[in-house]
Amino acid sequence: MREEHNQEAQESGQLPKKSRREMSRRQFLSYTLGGTGAFMVGVPLIFNLRFAVDPLLQKKQGTDYVKVAKVEEISEVPQAFKFTVHQVDGWYESEPTMEAWISSDQEGNIFALSPVCKHLGCTVNWNGSGDYPEQYFCPCHGAHYTKDGEALAIAPAPLDQYEVKVENGWVYLGAIHANERV
Amino acid sequence: MLKSVYNWIDERLDITPMWRDVADHEVPEHVNPAHHFSAFVYCFGGLTFFITVIQILSGMFLTMYFVPDIINAYKSVDYLQHKVAFGVIVRGMHHWGASLVIVMMFLHTLRVFFTGSYKAPREMNWIVGMLIFFVMLGLGFTGYLLPWDNKAYYATKVGIQIAASVPYAGEYIAIFLQGGDIVGAQTLTRFFALHVFFLPGALLALLGAHFFMIRKQGISGPL
Repeated sequence: MREEHNQEAQESGQLPKKSRREMSRRQFLSYTLGGTGAFMVGVPLIFNLRFAVDPLLQKKQGTDYVKVAKVEEISEVPQAFKFTVHQVDGWYESEPTMEAWISSDQEGNIFALSPVCKHLGCTVNWNGSGDYPEQYFCPCHGAHYTKDGEALAIAPAPLDQYEVKVENGWVYLGAIHANERV
Repeated sequence: MLKSVYNWIDERLDITPMWRDVADHEVPEHVNPAHHFSAFVYCFGGLTFFITVIQILSGMFLTMYFVPDIINAYKSVDYLQHKVAFGVIVRGMHHWGASLVIVMMFLHTLRVFFTGSYKAPREMNWIVGMLIFFVMLGLGFTGYLLPWDNKAYYATKVGIQIAASVPYAGEYIAIFLQGGDIVGAQTLTRFFALHVFFLPGALLALLGAHFFMIRKQGISGPL
């Protein structure tokens, strides 16, 4: 506001013409007062804003592998396994339950799919509908997927995959990432 | 760029007279520290307002992390102070500012008292100033409970016991403030609501009246 005041005063010719570029008293005052004001408001605001955007700048915590199932339990038919992960959410730590559909392909590679439908986030089930045998089916809007998670209708993307690690006869699951099988 | 945006708006809404009216006002010599250094005592009202602005800003940002609940209040304050960047500074601003605003307001009140500025025709502004004083004390009292540590808990217990000593109405005041029979979960949510909605609302309305009156009546004359 002060700046405008200033410019306007100059235009309306209130100031005497000067050959040298001298600063008027009004200009000097608006710069010093404006600068002081901006400093006094700006410094507290910087701290507050950095405080507010902290979640954006915090390091992502890596996901630990969790022991989920024995290798012998896994077949070519997908089965749902529930497991808990440790979650730190600010001041709140909890053990939320996760679910994964684990199966092996013809070569015997074990893979795990997230049951979260890629359409609007409902939960899919293997053989969830009589109309789509041997497929994952979402009851909300009828999205269905192949065993590899490939979307056949409605959903815009294939089911997400868990990171899989097999050690000492156990299947461990890690972070969720985009499907790499289709 | 800025000027053309301003002009575009000004052509349509004629905003220049509005802020001119607010910005252009007499600052008499006797309140200007550049003329008489002792006139710095006239700054305390403005300083109170400046700290109030800081309190409102830092308070708004603190509520991004704070939870008014007996399980999580202490944990969320601990988290925002020790885990969030600049948490110490933002909470520090609110913590120290709370005391400083009372100090500045007290000095401002002393200045008004000793310069006799409360006299006619400015009695109403003195009354509004006193109301602001009580709202500020209320803000301090309700805010003190929010971290939900031992100090907060016992300070509130004592405060409510003092309120309960009011003849006849005391018991009802205590139950109203506690939201129940003990200082507990319901007291915390209640104090939070008072601290962030009701009292700041009242404060802003009173400040508006305070500033309107001083602008309308002008600064009181020299001693």
